[in-house]
Amino acid sequence: MELYSQILLIFPVLLVLITLAAYGSYAERRVAAAFQQRVGPNRVGPFGLLQPLADVLKLMIKEDVTPANADKLLHFLSPIISVATAMIMFGVIPLAKFGDSFLVISDVNIGILYLLGVTSVSVYGITLAGWASNGKYSLLGGLRASAQMISYELPLGLAVVSVIILTNARMPMGSDFLSVTSIVEAQRGAWNLFINPLGFIIFYICVLAESARTPFDLVEAEQELVGGFHTEYSSLKFGMFMVVEFLHLVIPPAIITTVFLGGYLGPFEGALGVAQWGNTAQILWGLGWFLTKTFTIAFTFMWIRWTLPRFKYNQLMDLGWKRLLPLALINLVVVAIGAAIYVFQTAG
Amino acid sequence: MEAATTIQTVLFWTFSVLGLAGAVGLLFNRNAVYAALSLVLNFFSIAGLYLSLGAEFLAAVQILVYAGAIMVLFLFVIMLLNMQEEKGVFTFDIRRGAAFILGFAFVAEMMVVLKGFWNHEAGGEFTYGKVEPIGRALLTDYLFPFEMISIVLIAALIGAILVARRHTHQEG
Repeated sequence: MELYSQILLIFPVLLVLITLAAYGSYAERRVAAAFQQRVGPNRVGPFGLLQPLADVLKLMIKEDVTPANADKLLHFLSPIISVATAMIMFGVIPLAKFGDSFLVISDVNIGILYLLGVTSVSVYGITLAGWASNGKYSLLGGLRASAQMISYELPLGLAVVSVIILTNARMPMGSDFLSVTSIVEAQRGAWNLFINPLGFIIFYICVLAESARTPFDLVEAEQELVGGFHTEYSSLKFGMFMVVEFLHLVIPPAIITTVFLGGYLGPFEGALGVAQWGNTAQILWGLGWFLTKTFTIAFTFMWIRWTLPRFKYNQLMDLGWKRLLPLALINLVVVAIGAAIYVFQTAG
Repeated sequence: MEAATTIQTVLFWTFSVLGLAGAVGLLFNRNAVYAALSLVLNFFSIAGLYLSLGAEFLAAVQILVYAGAIMVLFLFVIMLLNMQEEKGVFTFDIRRGAAFILGFAFVAEMMVVLKGFWNHEAGGEFTYGKVEPIGRALLTDYLFPFEMISIVLIAALIGAILVARRHTHQEG
């Protein structure tokens, strides 16, 4: 029974993700316009709300060009790899809790490692797109992507390890401390943001870098590389890269929410007696908080994009290797000592 | 129970065939990028095999370390070198012969060492691939080898940095 309900959950989640990605593009343009004191897209439909549909239609009727010297197979596959790796991340993120079960596609017992693994694999889409296009701008974009992702994976992983240590200290013995649901459940009472603030900052910066958003968008720096890794893409293949870009406005904030902001947990859950509510009410409550936090983080992503200039390549590497990595190591040691003291106190 | 074993058999054959296809692709692809991608396919299939045995941790680490980090670096280097298709003809000289013999010896050795694990029932109790047993083993029984490996790795890292550094000093 369990398996079927999970499979049934996949389709609505995918539909909502695609819709959110489409309206991510709308939100990004409206927010950008607001920051720059412009109006932004407001012509198609009321408040320009049909703009994403018009964009998709435009992309669909464009000619799909594959460069003559491109590697046809990989040129075709890489947008698919990109979209797939972006989307499957959502599979382990719990959206709400009702009774003793979770609204999640799959509560894998190594969920957080799954997230890290998919993150590290997602670079193939960009790198291969850059290589398969057989052009110098594309190749440079692809190379930058792989170097950047590998560099920021290390501090990202260390920040996650500090969270895992905290989860293990706060959850009862013998629970699956690598599953995403227990990471959220362990944050009952105090979010990881407040217990592990340095970890949050490191994690936030690294997630921003992994999703290649400004100020880390060197992979598609238009002033230097035309379009970066997707220079040679057109029509719906280009559209797929756009979908990924705007999925990066939904999924990374959702992951930050889950790991550091208590996911679906709302304030005063104990006082309000949320655990005694009906299933529907609990799902709405959890989902509401989850989406609120996710959209807030997404807004900060846009805020940063229209405030900070892009890093130079050496600054990017400096920040990753010389600042974030040592900081993450120190943070890990401090958190580990704190967690050990906490465990000894509660045990004895 | 019957359905579970059927699914496991199907998974086993799917991942085995894919894994072997990846391995063969690695060996016989003239194009370095395709060879690297075949190896990625092989890593994913092996992770799939781990998963079907209930060793989720091993599967995740396999993807994270090999497919996610090491192969991305490989691809990076291949792309930087802009390798052309390998046009060499397969010849059989003394070094290749020695490599073949050593390779077969290695496989035979592995078979002898792993003989005890041979008749493992698929889907049975398979606990040594999970987080806890691995962590416990690494930090108790195998603590010394574990720390030694760390030291060797650090030495290799420092050595690599040193070699790279000296090179730039000579140039500039």
